[in-house]
Amino acid sequence: MSNSVHVYDARTDHATVTAESPLAYSFQRSGMPAPGDASGEESRAVIGERAFLGHLILRGGAIVLDEALREVLGIGLPGRPNSLTVDADGQRSVQWLSPDEWLLIVPGDETFGLETRLRAHLGGAHVAIVDVSAGQTLIELSGEAAHEVLMKSTVYDVDPHTFTVGKGVTTLFAKTSVILRRPDASRWELIVRRSFADYVYRWLLDAGEEYGIGVARESRHEPQ
Amino acid sequence: MFHIYCPYCEELREEEEFHPKGQAHIARPEEPDTCSDEEWGDYLFFRDNPRGIHHEMWLHAVGCRKFFNITRNTVSYEILETYKMGEQPTITAEHLAREEKNAREEKTNNAQVAEGGQQTVGASDAAVASVKGAQA
Repeated sequence: MSNSVHVYDARTDHATVTAESPLAYSFQRSGMPAPGDASGEESRAVIGERAFLGHLILRGGAIVLDEALREVLGIGLPGRPNSLTVDADGQRSVQWLSPDEWLLIVPGDETFGLETRLRAHLGGAHVAIVDVSAGQTLIELSGEAAHEVLMKSTVYDVDPHTFTVGKGVTTLFAKTSVILRRPDASRWELIVRRSFADYVYRWLLDAGEEYGIGVARESRHEPQ
Repeated sequence: MFHIYCPYCEELREEEEFHPKGQAHIARPEEPDTCSDEEWGDYLFFRDNPRGIHHEMWLHAVGCRKFFNITRNTVSYEILETYKMGEQPTITAEHLAREEKNAREEKTNNAQVAEGGQQTVGASDAAVASVKGAQA
């Protein structure tokens, strides 16, 4: 029964607690080399955290979830394995994770409303929606050497011709697991577990050193 | 380092992403309360250890996190096919033995045609290569 599910707004926007991104400590301790800083040359790889997004895991039958998502959000579930659907303005995305599991990422302040509306629309359907926003974070990787940084880190074939736009996989990355995806031609996204975020960040700084890797300061989606 | 075809992800993935999880197709006794101790003991503890074709469960641990089945040759380590849970293998030890027997009979029937030194496993190799998920 859907009315036995307790749904909480996990955002701290209106609370007195300051929200810190999973990488806040890493930025302080390991530093944030600015793009183009190191050698005075252009950085060939740039990373940046997009913190405080809303991450929802949807589990259940593809047909019922697809219908609800189209109704509520206007985008459908990706039908093929290892694929990714992004909405028109690039702010919301759904990714195939397994035959009955999808990852929905939306701007942080929409998470609770969306979850509530999805639940209302799904009624008593046999599905699960879990808010995992606090458990993982999204790191963006761009620049001409971006895929070279990835090639040093993962066994998956990240050749831009093979790993086309709209593809997303869960794979091994620097001995941990990561969700790697390509929402558009200019950038890659890595979704890492919060507890591994510092490790992945430091790995990327190290792997990207030869490309003069820089860290872009985030300007979007940060709660006050 | 080799690739395994995941029937759920529908692509070849690095072996590191997978975990072996033991023998597949073990049927739980339908009436655990009334079955004999021997039957229950066999179900819980006894596993096959064949030389040759073996059906195993594997887990795509870093990936879709689904269990699936692999038919593997324990002598050559060759993976003959992978298939989803709930499906039956198309390649079995009996199937290969029958093919080998047919090939042998064919060879004796056409003794004039068959080339000397032709190996009887040739026929099964051809069948294997055509199966989805076959490995080089």
